[in-house]
Amino acid sequence: MKKNWKYNLCWLLVMVAGFYLINSLMLAGVINTFVENMLVTIGINIILAVGLNLVIGFSGQFSLGHAGFMALGAYSTGILTQTMSTAGGFYLSIVVGVVISIIVALIVGIPTLRLHGDYFAIATMGAAEIIRIVINNLKITNGAAGLFNIPQFATWDVVYIFVCLTTIVTVNFIHSRDGRAVISIRENEIAAEAMGVNTTKWKLGAFVLGAATAAIAGSLYASYLQTIVPSSFGIMESITILIYAVLGGLGSITGTFVATILLGVLDTALQSLGVLRMVFYAIALIAIMIFKPGGLFGKWEFSFKRLFTRKQDGDMAEVQKEDK
Amino acid sequence: MNFKKMFGLTAATMMSAAALTGCATAKTASNGGNKTSDNKFRIGLNLELSGAAGSYGQQEKKGAALAADEINKKGGVKIGGKTYKIKLYVSDNKSSTSTAASVAAQMVNSNKVVAQVGPAATAYATASIANLTKAGVPIVGPSATAAAFTQTKSGQTQKYAFRACFIDPYQGKKAAEFMYNTLKKRKVAIVADNSTDYGTGLTKSFSAEFKKLGGKVVTTQYFQAGDKDFNSTLTTVKNKKPDAIYLPGYYTEIGLVVKQAREMGISVPMVGGDGMGSPKLAKIAGKKNASNIYYTTHFSTKSKEPQVVKFMKAYKAKYGEEPATFTSLAYDSVNMVVEAAKKEGEVSSSAVQKGLESLKNFKGVTGNITMDSKHNPQKSVVVEEMEKGAVTKAYTVK
Amino acid sequence: MQTFLQQLINGLSLGSIYALLALGYMIVYGISKLLNFAHGDVYMLGAYWGYYTINYLHFGFFTALITAMIACGLAGVIIEAVAYRPLRNAPRVAALITAIGVSFFLENGMSYLCSSDTRNFPQVIKRKAFDLGGVTISNIQLIILVTTIILMFGLMWIINYTKVGRAMRSVSTDYDAASLMGININHAVSITFALGSALAGAAGVLIGLYYNSIDPLMGMTPGIKAFVAAVLGGIGSIPGAAVGGFLIGLLETGVTALGFSAFRDAAVYLVLIVILLVLPGGLFGKKQVEKV
Repeated sequence: MKKNWKYNLCWLLVMVAGFYLINSLMLAGVINTFVENMLVTIGINIILAVGLNLVIGFSGQFSLGHAGFMALGAYSTGILTQTMSTAGGFYLSIVVGVVISIIVALIVGIPTLRLHGDYFAIATMGAAEIIRIVINNLKITNGAAGLFNIPQFATWDVVYIFVCLTTIVTVNFIHSRDGRAVISIRENEIAAEAMGVNTTKWKLGAFVLGAATAAIAGSLYASYLQTIVPSSFGIMESITILIYAVLGGLGSITGTFVATILLGVLDTALQSLGVLRMVFYAIALIAIMIFKPGGLFGKWEFSFKRLFTRKQDGDMAEVQKEDK
Repeated sequence: MNFKKMFGLTAATMMSAAALTGCATAKTASNGGNKTSDNKFRIGLNLELSGAAGSYGQQEKKGAALAADEINKKGGVKIGGKTYKIKLYVSDNKSSTSTAASVAAQMVNSNKVVAQVGPAATAYATASIANLTKAGVPIVGPSATAAAFTQTKSGQTQKYAFRACFIDPYQGKKAAEFMYNTLKKRKVAIVADNSTDYGTGLTKSFSAEFKKLGGKVVTTQYFQAGDKDFNSTLTTVKNKKPDAIYLPGYYTEIGLVVKQAREMGISVPMVGGDGMGSPKLAKIAGKKNASNIYYTTHFSTKSKEPQVVKFMKAYKAKYGEEPATFTSLAYDSVNMVVEAAKKEGEVSSSAVQKGLESLKNFKGVTGNITMDSKHNPQKSVVVEEMEKGAVTKAYTVK
Repeated sequence: MQTFLQQLINGLSLGSIYALLALGYMIVYGISKLLNFAHGDVYMLGAYWGYYTINYLHFGFFTALITAMIACGLAGVIIEAVAYRPLRNAPRVAALITAIGVSFFLENGMSYLCSSDTRNFPQVIKRKAFDLGGVTISNIQLIILVTTIILMFGLMWIINYTKVGRAMRSVSTDYDAASLMGININHAVSITFALGSALAGAAGVLIGLYYNSIDPLMGMTPGIKAFVAAVLGGIGSIPGAAVGGFLIGLLETGVTALGFSAFRDAAVYLVLIVILLVLPGGLFGKKQVEKV
């Protein structure tokens, strides 16, 4: 732990500095509701995309059902805060959402994680659709009309803190011994199994962690927007999250951050173009993938450690980068 | 060790975060709305131009554009001794709740609109209320029909939310009364759109009222927006031998339901809501099939009211097609906003809000509109009857 | 009994549409291992081609059908060359994202050019209903059913008995080995996309005629359903894709007939998941041997 304190401190400083930067920009009036809205949406998408990147990019399981877990979190918050409209009720609803989505992830994951590649993708997509259709037909969720007037507890600062928390948990999981087990499954499942990695357990672990963070994002989404409808959690939402993760680079959390921010800004900047916006968005998507098939960052991660060591030994850092 | 590190970091962040939130984080400033200082009357159109509800949003855009054009052609509108031209800011919300909220924020902050018209669907319109309320800018939902749209959680009226259409409970009730009293049908089947609040809202209010009147709902079948095949649903309906069918949904699907039902030999009358009011309905269903069809709506295209005749003519001249419910509601929404400002003698968000709240006897295309205390327009329901693809008769339901 | 037979026919005619789409989806997937999200949108292009050629060029039904197949085949080749070919050696998920990009592009480009409002398809063939003892079937339903079957056998013949088909099969088994054997891979993949997209184009015209309603987003749901059908039947098997399509049609009809119309799609996905768990390769799929 000692040897890493320097880098951890750096990260902590970055997070605190980011917080103060937004805070003072807001006090100065540079950030208005419009920009705040964009930042919060980006923040929520980062939580979702980081979680999905863990599932797809690190454990190599192609999940297309992320929006389903998001829906579970969103509806937990939507329903619970109707009766308990306090900050405590909101945090409790996040916990409830996470617990529900962990249970559902286990139910979905245990049988379907045996499937490979696209078969797993379509099974998770189906599972997410089933969740959505059930929500669409329940009384407590108010069916297709959705829930209105959800009290707003997820202000930008709450979202910011949750972005930091979920990222810390995810990154630490990836860098832990368990995380290396998960990555080994991605690289070669059979070899990993032969080395004594319990592949089912760790695939499931990554899947469940991804689902739990998606539920948190869903809760924040519901509380920030104050309106949720089942149609917001369809296949297209899962695909949007997938785009963020893939565009940044599967296996790169840095990339996920950059891509989510980039696309979020692009999307809002083109807003006044009307229908043409989606045409440009589509062309940008195709062009980026053709020129950068591995995503913007591939598997590359930004690291303070490398930044410091490069000063002392530039060549070694380069070699390290190549290896990654 | 890893866990220690994780918790160490987490705890540190938590503590600093708590400290940060403790010393009051900044909130974006809320204000008393926008006010025009030049001669432009800025209205934002936050519409579904792409995505699932794209076709409805594009129609509303046409209606709103026509209203603005008419005013500008006349040289503008005189408010408080100054002449203003209408400037519309059109943005696409992609049929998504989060984008609708973002578009609303953009319109009030960057475009400085004094009022917003749209989105078409209730859910997206509701999602934009929070940002508009924060900025103090009123919204007119042309077709946000769910009752809860203009209400807060505790049942109070949302200060800034208005609509130009009926609420679902009202329209469903009127349809039930028409079905029971005018058509004298007692056994009704419902085929409803289950993927929108519009379909489910009407189903709820219709069946409640129809049962209260003494009728019987023999079966309720559901479909999803975008469905094309209704044969199996209709075979089930046919077996229940209903006297009539109630169809809460939009013309895109209802047109197909009508076509397939008639082709299957179901000839009983079919009654629907204002979502059916579009010239496309008869085109999709086929002229031959679009007979014995009734739908509750805002105005009759046969009406001799001068504003309706003028609107129908102007719309046809501009776009070369007949107007639909969505277009006329958006047309009225823009005119309502302008009328409200005119009444208060000022082009500002607060004036529009006040003006809309006290709107009385406004002669719109979709009826004589008077806002009630819940910001719902009070107007009479018209039922149009369609034979061989053409509207032949109109009933006014009180 | 009559109701049951009528529902059976409803299910088969709905299924034949899914089958037609699934066939095209499957051969593209079989050779490129690409989840071609744009397949449904090519089908939409076919429908619009039919709409414009019949309305403005006054094509007859069969001319419209054949030209739509050619036009969509061409569109498929272009899409493959521009968006998928540069990514052939890239991670598969990258190609998936470009497929989604192409799909967005076609949907929104079409909305931009022709507005997203629903249009009614010109009725070039007059609908005739045949009454067989209380069970109705229309001539258009029969045309769709027959076309699906003809195209399925045509496809099987091409793939199993022609030189091009052999090249396609070898490419789908092993790219490198096929290219070493002197097969022009680009060629084979292009032809596959042309065939698959032509089938989608045919489906577009047929469905436009049958339902009389087309819009730029019409391909989204059927595209996903077609993929479900292809997986259900087993990737790599032509009869499998067709059977998968018919099964989904029957299943949807059955669920609706039983009164669970609100849960129709959920039932389809549930059955899909269960079948995948029991038969991971789909109903007719080849068993995959894991190599160590």
